[in-house]
Amino acid sequence: MEPADELLNDEAALELSEDPMRLNMGPSHPAMHGTIRMVMDLDGETVVNLDVQPGYLHRGFEKSCERGTWAQVFPYADRLNYVSPMLNNVGWSLAVEKLLEIEVPERCQYYRVILGELSRISDHFTCNGASAMELGAFTPFLWLLKVRDWVWDILERETGARMTHSFGRIGGMAEPPTPTFKDDVLRVIPELHKVVKETETMLLGNRIFLDRMQGVGVLTKEQALSYGVTGPVARSAGIPYDVRKDHPYLVYDRFDFDVPVGEDGDNWDRFMVRLEEIRQSVRIIEQAIEQMPDDGPVNVDDPRIVYPEKDAVYTTIEATIAHFKLVMEGLRTPKGEVYSFTEGGNGELGFHIVSDGSGTPYRVRVRPPCWYNLASAREMLLGGMIADIIPTFGSVNMIGGECDR
Amino acid sequence: MSQAVVDRLSTQFGERVLETSDAFGDYEATFAVEHWVEAAQFVKEDAELQMDHFIDLTAIDYPERASARFDVTLMVRSSVNGARIRLRTRVKEDEEPGTLSGLWAGANWAEREVWDMFGIKFKGHPDMRRILLYEEFVGHPLRKDYPIDKAQPLVPYREVGEIEKLAPFGIEEGQPFARIDWESRLAGRDEQVSPSIGVQHGQRRTLSDSEAAEQIQARIEARMASEAEAETESDAAPKEGSEA
Repeated sequence: MEPADELLNDEAALELSEDPMRLNMGPSHPAMHGTIRMVMDLDGETVVNLDVQPGYLHRGFEKSCERGTWAQVFPYADRLNYVSPMLNNVGWSLAVEKLLEIEVPERCQYYRVILGELSRISDHFTCNGASAMELGAFTPFLWLLKVRDWVWDILERETGARMTHSFGRIGGMAEPPTPTFKDDVLRVIPELHKVVKETETMLLGNRIFLDRMQGVGVLTKEQALSYGVTGPVARSAGIPYDVRKDHPYLVYDRFDFDVPVGEDGDNWDRFMVRLEEIRQSVRIIEQAIEQMPDDGPVNVDDPRIVYPEKDAVYTTIEATIAHFKLVMEGLRTPKGEVYSFTEGGNGELGFHIVSDGSGTPYRVRVRPPCWYNLASAREMLLGGMIADIIPTFGSVNMIGGECDR
Repeated sequence: MSQAVVDRLSTQFGERVLETSDAFGDYEATFAVEHWVEAAQFVKEDAELQMDHFIDLTAIDYPERASARFDVTLMVRSSVNGARIRLRTRVKEDEEPGTLSGLWAGANWAEREVWDMFGIKFKGHPDMRRILLYEEFVGHPLRKDYPIDKAQPLVPYREVGEIEKLAPFGIEEGQPFARIDWESRLAGRDEQVSPSIGVQHGQRRTLSDSEAAEQIQARIEARMASEAEAETESDAAPKEGSEA
């Protein structure tokens, strides 16, 4: 190796090239959330050209769905947006139910709303916490994850799993709510408010945080529409589009809640929209708990769709056969094509399914909100500084499982 | 709301709207490939429709259909009045529909994905590269004739002699993930079911052309041979012991 001072003495070695420098970021880079590669041309520290390359987590979700029964998609759907798996479960149930033209009982609809909103809260906590952490603020990250864990405790008590629940069923849920469900949720809500408040106190007056977030990674309203951006990223750019408000599903039309909308479409707005959405989700949960009936069926009463009671499976021949048919052949759906969409953690989560009338999906297309949100990241990052990639990319909240499928 | 979109399209395009549908409450209109871009441009730029919010573009493969193999669907919504519409076109195998990436920027990635997964090229697309898979990949996996268990690893799997596994895991390992299509199985056509299930159920004959079934068969035989060898060795062992 040459000594450093020898290089310094050489005038030519100090001369910088006028051509832009090509730099690879990811896929193995802590700020790329594991699976994205960015190839960029840099002029100094300014990004002048950028190619975002997804696909490192592609595992053939859509192809795999064409092979099993409709019910066997649930575990895969869990692993789309694995930060809010319950929302995917509910989205898939609703899609198949739309094809079957059935509606689950009211108690189940409330149950799905509450579990889904808890999932959304944990999604937004993770995203905002990680955004802060990537800018060096580690404490809010730990605080938010602490509360996310309490939310996950509820989900664990209800479903048996902390993350990948596989709890949805076509025509209902795997289990009815536990007796202490409402109390558990109500006990956590004050803690949620407390931690959101604490996070605000800690971050929103911090000069470093403000400078890194405000006016950075701007996405205009026109760009957002053109790229097909939905969810918090679209709302922060001033598009008041929320599937829960615009096309209410389940019982969302019975709740009083607001859709927070930003103005500038920068990192700050995305952060604030998510923070406010946590509050709105809590409002929805409070109303849903009040309205949710304590008794009544959770599953639809149709043995062609819903699994029989486990006790009956072991003791009666009818239930055994019904169970066998549902597991081995799967439930039959009518021929047809539907597009069903719900508000996922990151925006419009759509399932475009084609059925050929057999027990297997003919084609399943997921409309992943992350995919189009990530496509728009190029617009946010071009012309910015290389260091701004980290907070901007974090606030897009790309989830590899959903983006690459 | 969305019915109004279909009506508007029918009055504007008349005969050129091939089909309309409102099945399951999803409104859609079908166009020929040559009118695809024109129709998309109309729904975006018409003062009444203003479908400026891109939602999704994807394809569906119907290999048995004689007229045109693929359906390409586009979903858009209006941020002004909230109406939604699905446009559809039917594309033959070597046909190239025009790109919509000039109308909605989101169509850029969506069309790249359709090229990657189905092998449909879009005329005029600025950057027709694969997006989820790598450039070395052969074929288009979401086509129905692409076998579900066909792997194309960029780095070849290690061959470890001691471990009885195919990396990343053996074909016959674990629960089979498939619905058994008994009708076709009994008729000897077992295309949808994975060969491993055929092996498990002792129905190898109907699957003899499958590479995977042969592999499994070979390994079962190898295992039986090694077990037989071990047996003869263990038979021989006590003899040596008694002699000593």
